[in-house]
Amino acid sequence: MKKSKGFWLFLVVSIVVYGLVQLLISTGVLNPFYSNTLIYIVINIILAVSLHLVIGITGQFSIGHAGFLAVGAYMAAICTKLQVPFPLALVVGGVVAALMGLVVGIPSLRLKGDYLAIATLGFGEIIRIVFVNIEYVGGAAGMQVSHLTNWTYAFVCLIITLLVIMNFTNSTHGRACIAIRENEIAADAMGINTTYYKVAAFAIGAFFAGIAGGLYSHNFYIIQPTNFGFLKSFDILIFVVLGGLGSMSGAVLAAILMTIVSTFLQSYPETRMVIYSVILIVVMLYRPTGLMGTKEITSYFGKWPLGKGGRLHGK
Amino acid sequence: MANNPLLQVKDAGIQFGGLKAVSGFNMEIRQGELIGLIGPNGAGKTTSFNLLTGVYVPTEGDILFDGKRLNGLAPYQITRSGISRTFQNIRLFNELSVLDNVKVAYHSLSKHSMLSSILRLSSHFHGEQEIEEKALQFLRIFQLDGYKDEIAKNLPYGQQRRLEIARALAAGPKLLLLDEPAAGMNPQETHQLMELIAFIRKEFQLTVLLIEHDMKLVMGICERIYVLDHGQLIAHGTPDEIRNHPKVIEAYLGEEVKSGDA
Repeated sequence: MKKSKGFWLFLVVSIVVYGLVQLLISTGVLNPFYSNTLIYIVINIILAVSLHLVIGITGQFSIGHAGFLAVGAYMAAICTKLQVPFPLALVVGGVVAALMGLVVGIPSLRLKGDYLAIATLGFGEIIRIVFVNIEYVGGAAGMQVSHLTNWTYAFVCLIITLLVIMNFTNSTHGRACIAIRENEIAADAMGINTTYYKVAAFAIGAFFAGIAGGLYSHNFYIIQPTNFGFLKSFDILIFVVLGGLGSMSGAVLAAILMTIVSTFLQSYPETRMVIYSVILIVVMLYRPTGLMGTKEITSYFGKWPLGKGGRLHGK
Repeated sequence: MANNPLLQVKDAGIQFGGLKAVSGFNMEIRQGELIGLIGPNGAGKTTSFNLLTGVYVPTEGDILFDGKRLNGLAPYQITRSGISRTFQNIRLFNELSVLDNVKVAYHSLSKHSMLSSILRLSSHFHGEQEIEEKALQFLRIFQLDGYKDEIAKNLPYGQQRRLEIARALAAGPKLLLLDEPAAGMNPQETHQLMELIAFIRKEFQLTVLLIEHDMKLVMGICERIYVLDHGQLIAHGTPDEIRNHPKVIEAYLGEEVKSGDA
């Protein structure tokens, strides 16, 4: 089996980042506030990247991602409550969310554009209201969850997410999804089963949102349905759009930036949303296609030594 | 030459509400033929292409391809059974590179699974390598290999048309449908296109059906021509027969004024 140079670089960088942060946490240099923020950043990156697969790659405008987050969060929480080991609980959360993705995706992905957005938005709200009304998970009062998420779990999940989504995108299957984004009629005419790939991308996105949900619920001591309202969906959407539709590194970057911004703005609750929105407006004014456009971070390291312009001048 | 026609259209038609866009459409194409489909604007030519490729499901009649009934199959299934097409208004994957455009079309012929790609198993690398090699081969045939890393939308118009044909061929068709391939081309480009069509037909043992307004092209290369007007087939025959067919002349130039009426 051959792996590209980029893969090894990716692996080395991620081990170094992991080791460094783990060292800082275990020596107590990073206090719990900072380590918690780091875990929160990681969860948001997973969410952003999973939605990037649906919106940025496959071009299906879904704004119900918090619904899958909620499914994963509650399923994993129920599992750990039943003494299921935490890693298994995460997987169960992801799988159930992926199944929900199939159930929602198969009928609603026939819709396009605004109509799909409305359908998925409705789905997110349905999920939230279902959890409000289930006595077993505490209803609106919320459910107590033990704090199990730590830096290792979060980081391993992040690496798996990034690898799977990168590998998917850089294959004939990912190209099929991009073709659907670019021109669905032509993709269909080229022999691509568009429904299959749209649903597959949706289910994979939902799976990782579910994993993020498991990490999210076990990072706090309590989860409430209000945490998963449509504002949460929009937060995730903002990462993807701000990073640049179609750019995974953009989504990662935006998730990191916006999480840091909103975490540090928590000390100024009166002006928080004002500053947050001003930042969004400024970015959209100066980078209308998002922070990274459609480029990936690798394009800055000469991975594309294009003689004739090509992608670098594409957008 | 096989006895059975490759494509057989029997009384096919489609109705949008009260409007019969195409009706009673009959057509037989044998292996290796080059057939033209002409008609005035709005005659239903592109609609009949859409019937053949499954974009629309015919409300009447049958479409048989290679002995298989195509009615009701999804477009991607029809492509996989061997009909591929280009579009009147070019539909490339604009933000993808020229090479990737062709790779997408070769997708349905590749076999490695989604799981093998995610886990990066060796079947993934073999599959991807095969796709890459085949795609490059198609680009070389169409003399587009110099543009392979260019973004499709940045190509000059004539090259975009070529790329669309290359992409349609990469899907591995037996029957190629070309929807106005010479639209917007100058006479020199049209001439090159005629040569290209003749070449790919020989090279890939292809059967070609093309819609075209450029009569010089149609009359020059097509062996038989079908003429549509107002959704009805009004004539078919060799280029010479069509050129002198009274109904065709009427459809294009209007009814002849009879001496008595004047």
